Amino acid sequence: MQVKIVEDPFDPWQEIQQFQLAANEMSGKFGATSIFVGTMRDFNEGDDVKGMTLEHYSGMTEMQLGKIITEAMQKWRVMDVLVVHRVGDLFPNDPIVLVAVWSSHRGDAFDVSRYIMEALKSKAPFWKKEILQSESVRWVGKNTDGYEKQ
Amino acid sequence: MSIKVRYFASLKESLGRSEDELEFVEVISVIEVWKQANKEVELPANILAAVNMEYVGLDYLVNQGDEVAFFPPVTGG
Repeated sequence: MQVKIVEDPFDPWQEIQQFQLAANEMSGKFGATSIFVGTMRDFNEGDDVKGMTLEHYSGMTEMQLGKIITEAMQKWRVMDVLVVHRVGDLFPNDPIVLVAVWSSHRGDAFDVSRYIMEALKSKAPFWKKEILQSESVRWVGKNTDGYEKQ
Repeated sequence: MSIKVRYFASLKESLGRSEDELEFVEVISVIEVWKQANKEVELPANILAAVNMEYVGLDYLVNQGDEVAFFPPVTGG
């Protein structure tokens, strides 16, 4: 398991490749890799967004993410998990979060990816502050259920 | 006993500070910590609390050297 909180932009695909190359014990054993990448949009709640600052509670963030991943690895059969999350100043198209899960079979990889993302959204102490095109600034009040409204 | 109190995000901005250092004689609960540190300000309804980086309820008792944190709902990911 690896959790990385990064202040600079990251390339999720490079992170996955590096992690997988270094994880020798998984070689030949994993049959499924589930990848979730969360990316910054240029709109939110009907407004144009030009930037965002992500604050976090250093230490608690890593501890909570570690607990979430440990719970998932006890509940499902997975080989390894990588979580990378940005903090600091972000712009549209910047990756915010990567959750990558390796397992023998697809069911465990899909389920753990979803479990980690939903738990991260409700427990990991990150806070988003948006800068709108109008130059006004606002804190995001709460996370949504993750579906676009019909 | 001494306790460090930390505030984050919009709560930190509205209070105008990121932390307090408090001294107590007796063991007290998290909500009492808030009241001692913020005498004029009621704890907003949606605020979450943590002690030593674990989520706790407002009746949780704090000890010497604990780090208490108050913050709004989290919005990462």
